[in-house]
Amino acid sequence: MKKFWALFFFFWPTVAMYCCLIAPSRGWWFPSPPMSRTGVQIDGLFYLILIIVTITFVGTQYAIGYVLWKGATKEQDSKAMFSHGSHKLEIIWTIVPSFILVFISLSQLDVLAEIRVISSFPEDAQKPAAKIAEVMARQFEWRIRYAKPGTDLTTEPSPGDLYFVNELHVPTGKPVVINLRTQDVQHAFFSPQLRVKQDAVPGLVIPVWFDVKEVGEYDLVCAELCGWGHYKMKARIVAQSQGGVDNYLKQLEAEQNEDGTKAESAAE
Amino acid sequence: MATVTPALDAHGHADDHSHGHGHHQSFISKYVFSQDHKIIGIQFLCTTLLMLMVGGALALAVRWQLAFPWQNMPVVGQLFGLFQTEGGQISPEFYTMLFTMHASVMIFLVIIPILAGAFGNFLIPLQIGCDDMAFPILNMLSYWFMWPAMVCFACSFFWAGGTAGPGNGWTSYPLLSDLPQAAPGSGSPQTFWLLGLTLVGVSSMMGSVNYLTTIINMRAPGMTLFRMPLTIWSMFITAILQAFALPVLTAAGFMLVFDRLGTIFPTTIHSVFFIPANIIVNNAEPTVGGGQPLLWQHLFWFYSHPAVYIMLLPAMGMVSDMLSCMSRKPVFGYKPMVYSMAAIAGLGFIVWGHHMFTSGMNPALGMTFMTSTMMIALPSAIKTFNWIGTMWGGDLKFNAVLLNCAGFVAMFIVGGLSGIFMAAVPVDIYFHDTYFIVAHFHYVLFGSTLFGVFGAIQFWFPKMFGREMNDTVQKWHFVLSFIGFNGTFFPMHLLGIAGMPRRYADPYLHGYLSHLLDMNRFITISAILMGVSQFLLLGNFFYSMFRGKKVGRNPWNANGLEWTAPSPPGHGNFDIAPIVYRGPYEYSSPESDALGQDYILQTVPHVAGVKAVAHH
Repeated sequence: MKKFWALFFFFWPTVAMYCCLIAPSRGWWFPSPPMSRTGVQIDGLFYLILIIVTITFVGTQYAIGYVLWKGATKEQDSKAMFSHGSHKLEIIWTIVPSFILVFISLSQLDVLAEIRVISSFPEDAQKPAAKIAEVMARQFEWRIRYAKPGTDLTTEPSPGDLYFVNELHVPTGKPVVINLRTQDVQHAFFSPQLRVKQDAVPGLVIPVWFDVKEVGEYDLVCAELCGWGHYKMKARIVAQSQGGVDNYLKQLEAEQNEDGTKAESAAE
Repeated sequence: MATVTPALDAHGHADDHSHGHGHHQSFISKYVFSQDHKIIGIQFLCTTLLMLMVGGALALAVRWQLAFPWQNMPVVGQLFGLFQTEGGQISPEFYTMLFTMHASVMIFLVIIPILAGAFGNFLIPLQIGCDDMAFPILNMLSYWFMWPAMVCFACSFFWAGGTAGPGNGWTSYPLLSDLPQAAPGSGSPQTFWLLGLTLVGVSSMMGSVNYLTTIINMRAPGMTLFRMPLTIWSMFITAILQAFALPVLTAAGFMLVFDRLGTIFPTTIHSVFFIPANIIVNNAEPTVGGGQPLLWQHLFWFYSHPAVYIMLLPAMGMVSDMLSCMSRKPVFGYKPMVYSMAAIAGLGFIVWGHHMFTSGMNPALGMTFMTSTMMIALPSAIKTFNWIGTMWGGDLKFNAVLLNCAGFVAMFIVGGLSGIFMAAVPVDIYFHDTYFIVAHFHYVLFGSTLFGVFGAIQFWFPKMFGREMNDTVQKWHFVLSFIGFNGTFFPMHLLGIAGMPRRYADPYLHGYLSHLLDMNRFITISAILMGVSQFLLLGNFFYSMFRGKKVGRNPWNANGLEWTAPSPPGHGNFDIAPIVYRGPYEYSSPESDALGQDYILQTVPHVAGVKAVAHH
């Protein structure tokens, strides 16, 4: 029975490892490859940590199994080893992990700065024209406000702004910035395929930049509890060529300004 | 050799000295409003075990909704008035209440009080060799303040007939928790919830003051700081954490209460600590304010991150004691263990910002908090290596205590390693508020702390009741809980990687999550297994309390002072006031060999003819 318990502690980490190994093929992994530049960097850092963590996991779990196995197969009347520890071992297992942890920590800084520090945003993202829309979260929807075509987005609404709900159109292949805010409680702008997440905090206007590599539709969901309907803040990010976005905005403008008079004048 | 051996009768029982103090106690003052630390500890233990089942039931309801969304709850769906308005179905509002109350019950009514309240109370005077706590009345009050807290939590849950209540998560972020219009029906219930939280804090604070004073002032002669068992060190450090962090939460709680009352009594109380101007919630009037919701997050996590260690450190200490005893071997690296607990506590005060990496706080702060958070993994790693070192080469006793402790170490490793992903800010941007974090903190809070507690209940049960628990049942309980636990929480890492956000009543609404239903069903089945297997623990606990095999003072052949007292100890604990000559972990030492045993009690003086063992 003793050996059973030792094997049990070998068994479960093995099963856990197996589940992780087959996970990508079963769809238990990222919803898609990263579709933005920072997404690629985030995934790279994730796999870096994953490798370090996997080695540590296997090493320490099997070490538990090993010491249990040694205890289980010990001769009946043999005594326990008498030791209060080892100064040398303590130093080794203090210094080695601290170097690894500092390394992990330092390896994050550049990406973090690029994502969050405004002065480290890519140059294109710092231009006023990169600011394509305001995303205003409210219970339980996303209100998108675009500037009147041909003008820059203002922080507060201006006459001629275009509005739409739960659908954000962005051009592909270049950094874009959205002004993220909330009308009521706290929400979070989360696009799993783009690996973008930022809370929308009441009272703050937070610029968020990202770029989308490929044309397509991506999910936009809420990642901060915002009330009973938190789960249904379902929206999509539509990535198109710049021309496609321009056409979309033109059409949106036409629909928004539609008052019945233009059609008549065209008929005359 | 001047060993003092208490006289034992044939069954290993010493005379019950509870009457030796010459004062008669009524049933009420002995078992209900007791000032005896042991009774208070057992009161805490029974209450928290009961609450564990309540919290577990709430969790199973959450799991039901995730596995079978919008389907009628079996059995309980029709049982209570609760669900009848929905025809036995969990509404989204009720879902938010379920996970809020699950967390509140588990954190504030189970984990914190079972560690500090139950084991802290029971073990501190016994392990340091004094007759009771420094302030017995304060100690009694710390237990009885739990009850108004529980009443407040219950009120918050049932106030609106169970259809509306505190659905803001246990973190209660404003403005959702601040403006009553933000979550219709959460008016008074949310205020009750905050009052309950404050009362739990008062209870914890009374405990902490008592533990600190007792440990500093009332140690037995010879019990130097570095002869204290690691359990005592962990309780000491935990008490410091609580004493310094709790006032911040209490203050923040009152600020939120005042903000909320402002909407009811706008002319008398009108604070806007967390409310910015011009917020329009649910078509109400725009708010007048100048407050800042991020302030709450800072204040809340300034308490609640140290609280994570309050929920873990005592288990770490107890596991060190148990592993050493069950391996018949001294703790590997006693002083590094103490220093790393101190380091965890110290660093624990400067890592709170890692809960706020996506909150929009200054990114320079994010970098600082990332580095300090990474560094807190270091003392955790040192402790893990030392636990493995303690078992290494030991004469292992394969009972359920050892298995639960080994389970603790194994689960703590998983929880610690998954934390590294979230300490790294860019990676956390993806994982924040997904099921990855749910997996992470359950590995720490359930996987580590509760498996440690399962071991500790069995280990100190003989001292509490003079009887032992059935080891075979405990082994079944361990293996079923362990399988159920890993089946529940390991796949949640994968849900997190797949991008499934927390606190979604119906994640399958989103196309990219709809294929995860099968995995969620598997998780729910595992959770049911885990929940049901807790009845083994409860059954064994209450059965053994009255029918378990009677045991003597020291059934585990352990070294600590508590094992020199009668089982159960009477009022005043020790029949012979202990004097301490050595550290608590000298198993299998040359001196114990000279006595012909593999342990040597802390009260045994130097054994003639054997070279004394030097401490490292």
